[in-house]
Parts: sequence; C-alpha cells; structure tokens
Amino acid sequence: MTVSIGVVLFPGTNCELDVVYAVEQLGAHAEMLWHGDDTSKGVDAIVVPGGFAHGDYLRTGAIARFSPVMRAVAAHAEAGGPVVGICNGFQVLCEAHLLPGALQKNAGLRFVCETVELRVETTASVLTNLARAGDVLRIPINHFEGNYVCDERTLAALHADDRVVFRYVRNPNGSLDDIAGVCNERRNVVGLMPHPERASDTLLGSADGIVLLNSLLTAAADRATIAV
Amino acid sequence: MLSAAAPLGSIVGVPTFHAHIEVAHLPGIADPAGATVERALPALGYTNVSQVHIGKTIRLDVEAPDAEAALQQVKEMCERLLANPVIEAYEVTIS
Repeated sequence: MTVSIGVVLFPGTNCELDVVYAVEQLGAHAEMLWHGDDTSKGVDAIVVPGGFAHGDYLRTGAIARFSPVMRAVAAHAEAGGPVVGICNGFQVLCEAHLLPGALQKNAGLRFVCETVELRVETTASVLTNLARAGDVLRIPINHFEGNYVCDERTLAALHADDRVVFRYVRNPNGSLDDIAGVCNERRNVVGLMPHPERASDTLLGSADGIVLLNSLLTAAADRATIAV
Repeated sequence: MLSAAAPLGSIVGVPTFHAHIEVAHLPGIADPAGATVERALPALGYTNVSQVHIGKTIRLDVEAPDAEAALQQVKEMCERLLANPVIEAYEVTIS
C-alpha cells in the first residue's frame, strides 16, 4: 500500500513542495495540511517543513505553535505517529514542546547556506531506522537560527537516552555539543536543521537524504500497518 | 457619550495598566547577538566594554481590576507566548 505523508503549510512556509517532490519520488503520497485546519487527514506521518512560519515574528515558531493544525500534529505524535520537523519545522516543534531545547541565532550572527557533513548518531528514530550509526551524510543547511541550546539537565537526558540523532562533523552555527537533530523520548518525533529533501537526487549535488526519507516512509508504513 | 471605539473595559470602569516587559537570555544560555556586539565595540575604540547582553522590550496595555491582576496576567502571557522559558527570562513592570 502507498503510505501518506502530511506536509504542514503555514503562511511563510517555503520548503513544502521540495518535501512533496522528494517523498513522491520515493513512492509515497503527499497530503498538504493547511495550518488553519485542525486535522491531520488520517496521514501515516507528518513533516513540518522549512521556511518562515508566520514570518518568524516574536521568535521562530512562536506563533506557528498556536496554529490549529498543531493540535492535530500533537495528537498524531501522542498516538505514536512519526513526526519530522526540518529547519523551521524543528524550531516549531521545539516551541510546541514536542522536542526539548530551542534554536537561537547562529554564533557570530552568520546566515549559513552550504552542504555540510552530518553524522548519524543513532538509528533508533523514525528518521534513521535504515541508516547506520556513524554514517556521514552530505546534506544542505540554510538557516540563521539553527544554534541548538538547552539546559544542562536536558543535555544530560539527551545523552543518557541516546536522543541526539545527528551531529555536525564541523559545527557551522555554534550548536551545543554539535547537535544538528534530536528526538523525543518515544523516538517518533525528530527535528533537524539540515534539509534531507534537498539531498534527494544526485542532480541536486547529493542523494544522501534518501536514506533518511526512506526511513520515515518505513516508519510511516509500520504505522499504517498497525492502524489497519 | 461613549465612543464606539472605546474598549468594553473602559465602559464598565476597568482601569488600564501599562506593562513593560524585558526579555533576556537565561544565565548560562549563550547570547550570540551580545557576543558579536561585544567583539565589534573594540573596533570602534571602546576597549573597556564587557558583559554585553541583547534582549527585547515589549510594551502593552492591559485592562484589569488592579495592578496585581494585570501583573499576573502579563506573566502568564510571558510564559505562554511572549518569552520562551526554555532559554529566556522575563521581567514585568506594571505602571
């Protein structure tokens, strides 16, 4: 059966079509989820894509967190469904407290736009179940506020539970402990600053994002099987 | 005569308070903007500057029965939206 991936669209989101293209290339069905509708339309997994939701006013993700669709996203996560936040989507999931910590301005106030090396730190997540721990992937980043921060207690918990999903090989933004992506305690919600959908074809310079997207599709398929 | 634009509160005599909110990084949380400015100031000859911190100021008016009620409500706004308690501290002054 074809798995369905919901792609959340806020005013100001701008990476939604890249995600739709990438997951459809891999055989999934993509369903747009408008921010004003409190429904996940029965999809198997949800991606909160990158951009500038609600103009990033006040703080990145601060306003988006209160969009009606976020109730559906939280309910999907609560039920164990896979949820992935990419870039601005990661910021939104942190503001919504679906993931720990926060993302603030890059060290040196530098906007970064480049392809970086990203190390997979754990395969126990909905975005890395087909990868291997230690794999180094070439994935683009494109952000001003990707500097991950959290308090010491949270960082200790992330380490103890093996919840740092990705680290930068060379830290581009000042992130605490080189963190590029984390997951929640149940490992069904993952957020990362790099854009795997932009590394989904060799024509784009790298196809290293495919293993991550296929991991998500696998988790979504497991979810679909359970739901049936 | 009451103006049509007057908020409901002023019709029934609920006073308006001015809230001044300072949002800053929590101690121990890096402040990249402050650190960058601290590095830039010496280039202008100000070599005697340290401890630069950059936050934000939010001002708003709120109708409430008294100053204490206004303070409590604005603090709640800070917890829920105006600040991110994960990385930011806030200070509310009501006048």
